[in-house]
Amino acid sequence: MTNALAVTGLHKSFGRTHALDGLDLTVATGEVHGFLGPNGAGKSTAIRVLLGLLRADSGTVRLLGGDPWADAVALHRRLAYVPGDVTLWRNLSGGEVIDLYGRLRGTPLDPARRAALIERFELDPAKKGRSYSKGNRQKVALVAAFASDAELLVLDEPTSGLDPLMEEVFQECVREARDRGRTVLLSSHILSEVESLCDRVSIVRRGRTVESGSLAELRHLTRTSVTAELAAPPEGLDRLPGVHDPHVDGRRVRLQVDTDKLEPVLAALLAAGVRSLTSTPPTLEELFLRHYADDEAAS
Amino acid sequence: MNAFAGTGVLTRLALRRDRLTAPLWALVTGGLVASGPGSLGGLYDTPAARAELAASMTANSSMRAFYGPVYADSLGGLTAWRFGTFAAVLAAVAGLIVVVRHTREEEETGRQELLSAGAVGRRAPLTAALLAALAVNTGAALLVVAGLAGQGLAGALALALAVGGTGMVFATVAAIAAQLTESARLAKGLTAAALGLAFALRAAGDAGDAGGNSPLTWLSPLGWTVHVRPYGGDRWAVLLLIAAAVVLQTLLAYGLAARRDVGASFLAARPGPATGRLSGAGALALRLQRGALAGWGTGFLLGGLVFGGMAEGAADLVGDNEKAREIFARMGGQQGMTDAFLATLVSLFGLLAALYAVGAVLRAHGEETSGRAEPLLAAPLGRLRWAAGHLLPAFAGSALLLALSGLGLTLSYGRDAGPLLGASLAQLPAVWTLAGAAVLLWGAVPRAAGAAWGAAGLCLALGWIGPALDLPRAVLDLSPYAHLPKLPGGPASWTGPLVLTVLAAVLTAAGLAGLRRRDLRF
Repeated sequence: MTNALAVTGLHKSFGRTHALDGLDLTVATGEVHGFLGPNGAGKSTAIRVLLGLLRADSGTVRLLGGDPWADAVALHRRLAYVPGDVTLWRNLSGGEVIDLYGRLRGTPLDPARRAALIERFELDPAKKGRSYSKGNRQKVALVAAFASDAELLVLDEPTSGLDPLMEEVFQECVREARDRGRTVLLSSHILSEVESLCDRVSIVRRGRTVESGSLAELRHLTRTSVTAELAAPPEGLDRLPGVHDPHVDGRRVRLQVDTDKLEPVLAALLAAGVRSLTSTPPTLEELFLRHYADDEAAS
Repeated sequence: MNAFAGTGVLTRLALRRDRLTAPLWALVTGGLVASGPGSLGGLYDTPAARAELAASMTANSSMRAFYGPVYADSLGGLTAWRFGTFAAVLAAVAGLIVVVRHTREEEETGRQELLSAGAVGRRAPLTAALLAALAVNTGAALLVVAGLAGQGLAGALALALAVGGTGMVFATVAAIAAQLTESARLAKGLTAAALGLAFALRAAGDAGDAGGNSPLTWLSPLGWTVHVRPYGGDRWAVLLLIAAAVVLQTLLAYGLAARRDVGASFLAARPGPATGRLSGAGALALRLQRGALAGWGTGFLLGGLVFGGMAEGAADLVGDNEKAREIFARMGGQQGMTDAFLATLVSLFGLLAALYAVGAVLRAHGEETSGRAEPLLAAPLGRLRWAAGHLLPAFAGSALLLALSGLGLTLSYGRDAGPLLGASLAQLPAVWTLAGAAVLLWGAVPRAAGAAWGAAGLCLALGWIGPALDLPRAVLDLSPYAHLPKLPGGPASWTGPLVLTVLAAVLTAAGLAGLRRRDLRF
């Protein structure tokens, strides 16, 4: 399997601010890749480097087999981009903007496809830029991107401002793109969106990739919460590897354990005699909160 | 007084945002007038010389068109005559920029929504904007008083109030325009058009009547500035007329503001086509810039027609007046009063065209910083092609403007068709040089792109009033316009224009090279 995108050791500074500090990112062709991280982690900066709008200070960046800075125009023919905050020209209608992007790509948009997307996103293409709401401005960019049928979709928080129905339409469109073999890089804060769409995710923090893998793999790296009522007070639980925040209240036990260290904990509990047991796998929220909150603690 | 709640906070915000530009406007406007007695006193150092200047200038209709009649030959009176109108125009431009910036621009960008959601009264934003404009004009007026007090306090006060008052007249016109349109750009354009009309009415009225009694000048706020006659009788009643206009226009603006929603306007946007025909970056840039080009083009054609008709009057001047000849020569011409007048006009259009060209170049900078260029450049569109789309309206558009002013002059002057058109187009190398400087700033040091306005403004000041200040040659030569042949009338030299054209090309190329290499700004 080839990579649509391969970034290693990417650095980018603005004055004294290190926006990207050794970022790594690999996206395989045909996958939907979630790109996550707290605000200010460097996601948009990374995307702008990928688009050749910013120049990398150091590191290697390969996009669809080319150099995004040197081969910008040729590569842009094969990708479509949706920014998180779409600004439109106040005196151009949404339809004009969609068609402009089609023509810039060199291949006029398929009218049936364009019409179908406008219909699905319930967009009024005759309105002028200024009269669109935030969500509707996003829709203009989304229709332009999906109508292009580009090889690679670069989506930077594309659904900010969309209502839940439109969010559903968006997810359908991404799935259809994947089914046609397109690659998607999706930067997002909406965890349900990430969970239902992404094959793999990368989490960035302070300009650096901290986790990368499939959701199942990432879950494995996190902690399971265990609550148990025992026949006798347990012994030595807090000495077991991978156990965090054990609370022992007589025969009641509450603790968190690294998911790959679950077995010895269960054995210790069984030894004390289990009356009742609940074990909760980590939710995606917990997974992200852990990474995002670490950031707060570190800063 | 709930409607005014928060005015103080908003005014402080406005002044904080304008902490650099507001004092600068006041300093330039007021300082210009304040420098008058010194510079004019050096040039016309005897009462006889001043009386001669006053007589010859008032006798000449084309000079009256530019500056109005001379009402007093004292140093104060000559300063009011020579700098009053120009300072009033500067004050008006400052007023309109400040007011639109803090009203319609805030609404257009959506910032006003957040502010208005606070404890902010309905009338507070407009009041704060007008107070900010008042602060700029008061600063300018105080400088005028300080600089001219030595020539007589009453006259200084009259001139200061006339200049500052005219600034407020156009600040309140801008306040009305800001209610009418959804676009800050259009609100500024409408007010600037009103200012241009006021200038043309006064110019036409004063050109036709040596006594300054033409009814046309009473229709123009810039005419009122002249009618105050500082040091020439100090007609205080005219200041009441200015004050009345400010009050009435303020009330009208408040009335309009109270009848609309935040962000809405009286000239509502119509829906556009559901499908588009824009074929690419060039077509898009042209579409974005065509409104401005059409507005400027109309102004240049009309300006050419109006002023071309006055050219004949330039020769009215009594032939044996040495001083007058000298000042004409200094203002750009060499042989013949008519040629000198036309050459002055042609160079004035050249200077104004630079403002258009710089604005058109910086439009691309605005596209970049507003984020609208980002998705365009993420599409298969190279930076150079994108930039070229905006540079074409800037460079070719300024040529079109000069051709239109040349055409207007030719049509109404009625003679020498070829030379006037050629003379107008001969201004192009200087216009392009300033446009090239703007490209260089934008491409290489985008943070300082706004300095291009400063360069254009400096050239405008040097060209319009520099000669009368008797500045050293080295300073005047800073302006590219100093290296153009004085046409019509002067010897046609190709060296200056050729060097400037090459310089413009080099500046532009360097700017584009910088643009290709640097990060996009967000």
